[in-house]
Formats: sequence, structure tokens, C-alpha cells
Amino acid sequence: MPTVTIIDYGIGNLLSVARAFEHCGANVVLTDDPAKIIGADYLVLPGVGAFADGMSGLTKRGLVEPIKAFAVKERPFLGICLGMQLMLDESEEFGANEGLGLIPGKVVAVPSVGINGASHKIPHIGWNEIRTPNDVSWKETILETIPDKSSLYFVHSFTAMPLLHEHRLANCYYNEQLIAATIRKDNLYGCQFHPEKSGQIGLAILRRFLMLG
Amino acid sequence: MVLGNCGILFLEIKSFMVSNIRIISRLDIKGPNLIKGINFEGLRKLGDPNQFAKDYYEQGIDEIIYIDIVASLYERSSLLNIVRRTTQDVFIPITVGGGIRSVDDAREMLRAGADKVAVNTATVKSPELIHEISQKFGAQCMVLSIEAKRTAPGKWEVYYDNGREKSGIDVLEWAQRGCELGAGEILLTSVDMEGTGKGFDCELTSAVSRAVPIPVIASGGLGTVDDFEQVVKVGQADAVAIAGALHYKKLTVRDIRTEALRRGIHVRREVLCQQ
Repeated sequence: MPTVTIIDYGIGNLLSVARAFEHCGANVVLTDDPAKIIGADYLVLPGVGAFADGMSGLTKRGLVEPIKAFAVKERPFLGICLGMQLMLDESEEFGANEGLGLIPGKVVAVPSVGINGASHKIPHIGWNEIRTPNDVSWKETILETIPDKSSLYFVHSFTAMPLLHEHRLANCYYNEQLIAATIRKDNLYGCQFHPEKSGQIGLAILRRFLMLG
Repeated sequence: MVLGNCGILFLEIKSFMVSNIRIISRLDIKGPNLIKGINFEGLRKLGDPNQFAKDYYEQGIDEIIYIDIVASLYERSSLLNIVRRTTQDVFIPITVGGGIRSVDDAREMLRAGADKVAVNTATVKSPELIHEISQKFGAQCMVLSIEAKRTAPGKWEVYYDNGREKSGIDVLEWAQRGCELGAGEILLTSVDMEGTGKGFDCELTSAVSRAVPIPVIASGGLGTVDDFEQVVKVGQADAVAIAGALHYKKLTVRDIRTEALRRGIHVRREVLCQQ
């Protein structure tokens, strides 16, 4: 049975993520212990709320370097929602903030109008379809077992902008605005949507994550 | 141009219908039971809320809202137990409301597994609670629940304590204020239509939806798929809460989803995967 280490850094509801992984057959460890984080088999960074609060939660507990140390080992890592955004270099949410820098790029506000100039509601809340970008395959990734255009649950006001196209594994469109739904670099994954709140499709993604080597 | 049944002229489907409309099941709770009433009165016990929630989840509902309509401190543990049990096998967003009077109450609900809290009565008495909850847990957690009663054409008053008490506050002003204070969504219940199954107060939903930049969940009155269509197309609701029509099995989640898609309303398409 795989053991998933979920980083507890005082932000967001870890319970849902823990229960979803348990439902998928994993042992779950919730921790803020740097040694357990470096030594994890599967590491998950969840989180909701503001980018600066998230980074300060990690910094205060001395977890930034342990996460970076884990990342270079190429074992499976999953950032969810704010946890995904923290993987990038920086965010412009309430002034510039430095992120973990696991994947090059930055985090910007979801534009408040569509490409056609029509306004839309912010935050972007609800089930939205994710799509495979050009020249990208979901084979042998956490999205392998779900169909293209699967709907997943999003709730966010900021969005990740990976610098390189090759790091975009899935996109979605909100009023025609491009949103990075899943980013990936080797075994490091980030999901803007909440797989733990996206029903059977979300659970299928978590199960596939647990099969990564 | 299309003439809606509510008699309001509208130009095509609203241009900012850019996200899938959420289909939400609303479960009103009293003690350990799911209940249903008419205009917040005449309550009937319907059974175990966890069983209903799980059933709706398996049918493909998008979200679940639990509202404790008694909201006494004495019954609090009962609501927390329902939430804890639900999150064990229901993996979609869960909102919980009823009796949340402080940041600590909100924290307790979130720790039990709720994703969002819906707050009504306490915010009418002390609006700063909206700001406090939003600051502490994020706007996405803070659902402002508004009970609206029509007082004159185009005018609605905020009620609280499950439609029992009037506040003297104008609904549109309150919605805007709540939004400024940091609410991430509005759960808008029409006291007049609640439990009637005779359709939504689409004029109310539309007025609030246009007044605020945050999503509005229409609640109170759905009896048929026509009502769903009206409150989305005319009422400009971003999400629709359904109670009695599902509880009494007049409609299934699939009926609503299939029919909505057929009528050109964007709702989540059910895509099942091989596992």
C-alpha cells in the first residue's frame, strides 16, 4: 500500500485530500516534519487561500528547502490549487512573491473579462472541461486514465502561467481565457482543479498518481 | 430575441454564461434528519441525510449544501456528525450552514470536512463576520446566505432565522455589501417561493446576479426542468439549488442534466472513465 505524505502547513482543508487518498487505497501521513517530507514516497502540497500566506506557512516551518530537496529526487509530487501555484517561480498576487520555483513560470490574476471583452464572475468556480494541449500526450501521466474533456471542479482567482509549453499537461478555458489546469515537469505535477472534490474522475487521477514510479 | 416565460425580454443566452451551471442538492437538516418544508414552515422528516447525499453524489450532483434549519447549539454535534460521515464517501464540494456565529464555528465546520460555510443570521447582526471568515479561510469558503422576501415590485427585504425575522435591509444593497466584505458566493433563497415547487423568483435572481460580480446560487421553488431553464436563462443564476424535487423523486439529477444540455444550457457532461 503506497504512503502519501501530505504537507500540513496551516493552510486549507487537508482532511478532504487525506480522505480521498485513503479512499484510493493509500496510507496517509499529515506532517510538517522536514525529514518526513524529504523522505516521502509520494508528496502532496494542498492548499487554498492566498499565495503569500502559503509561502509564509512553508517558510515559518522551514519546509521550503525540504520540498526542493524532495523535488530533485524525481519521486512523485502533486500540488493542488494553491499548492500548484506555489510550485512556480513567483506570483503577482498582492505584490510580487517568490514561489518554490519547481517549474519555471509565474502566477497571475485570472483576467476579469473574456477575449471578447465580456465580463465574467471571479472567482472561477465550478466544473470545467480540461483539454489536451497541442503536441502533448497524457500517456503515462496522472491524466492517462481519464478521457479528454473530462470535467473537474475549479475554484480560484489566480492562474499559473508556465514559461514553457511543454510543462502544460492540460488546459481549460474560462470565457475563452486560457487556464493551466495541470502542469507537469517529469514527476512533479500541479493541478489547479481539486481532484479530491471532482467525483470519480478526480479519484481516478489520484489513483493514477499513486501508480507513478 | 427570445421571450422568456417570466415575461422578460432577453437577447440570446446570457453572454457571460461561461462556466458550467452547477446543479446543487440542498439538504435542510433538523437534528439527525433531512426535512423539507414549505416557505420554511410545515416541516416533514424525510430520512437520513447521509443516504440522500450519497445517492445524489452517485447520480452525479455537482455539489451539496447542508443547512441546519434549527441551528441550536444543542444540535451542533449532530450536524458535525452528518458532515464527517458525508466526507468519507462523497468527493464533491460540500457547503454547510446554519448556526455559524463566529470564525471558530466556521473553523469547526471546515475541520469536519466542509469546503465552504454559508452564513446568514449572524452576518445580518454583525456584517464584519463576512470579512473575518473571508480573511481567515479565503473568499471561496465564505458563502453569504440571503433569504429574500418580496415587499414591492422590484424590491426585496432580507430575512433571517430561516425566514422568520425581517431585518429591514434591502436585498440588493446587502448583496453588494456582502461582496465588498469578502463573500465568495451568494446563496439566494426566495422566502416566497421556497418549498412551493412553483418556480423561482427569477426577477430576484437576475437583480442580484447583475448587482454582484460573484456567483449566485438560486434556491427555492424548483418543481420542473422548465424552472431550471428559466432561472438560468432569465434569472442569470450561476448555480441552482434543488431540494424537494429531488427528495420527493419528482426529478432525478440525470433528468435535469440531460434536459438542460438539450436546451442549450452548459452543465457538466457526465464522462465516466474506465477504472
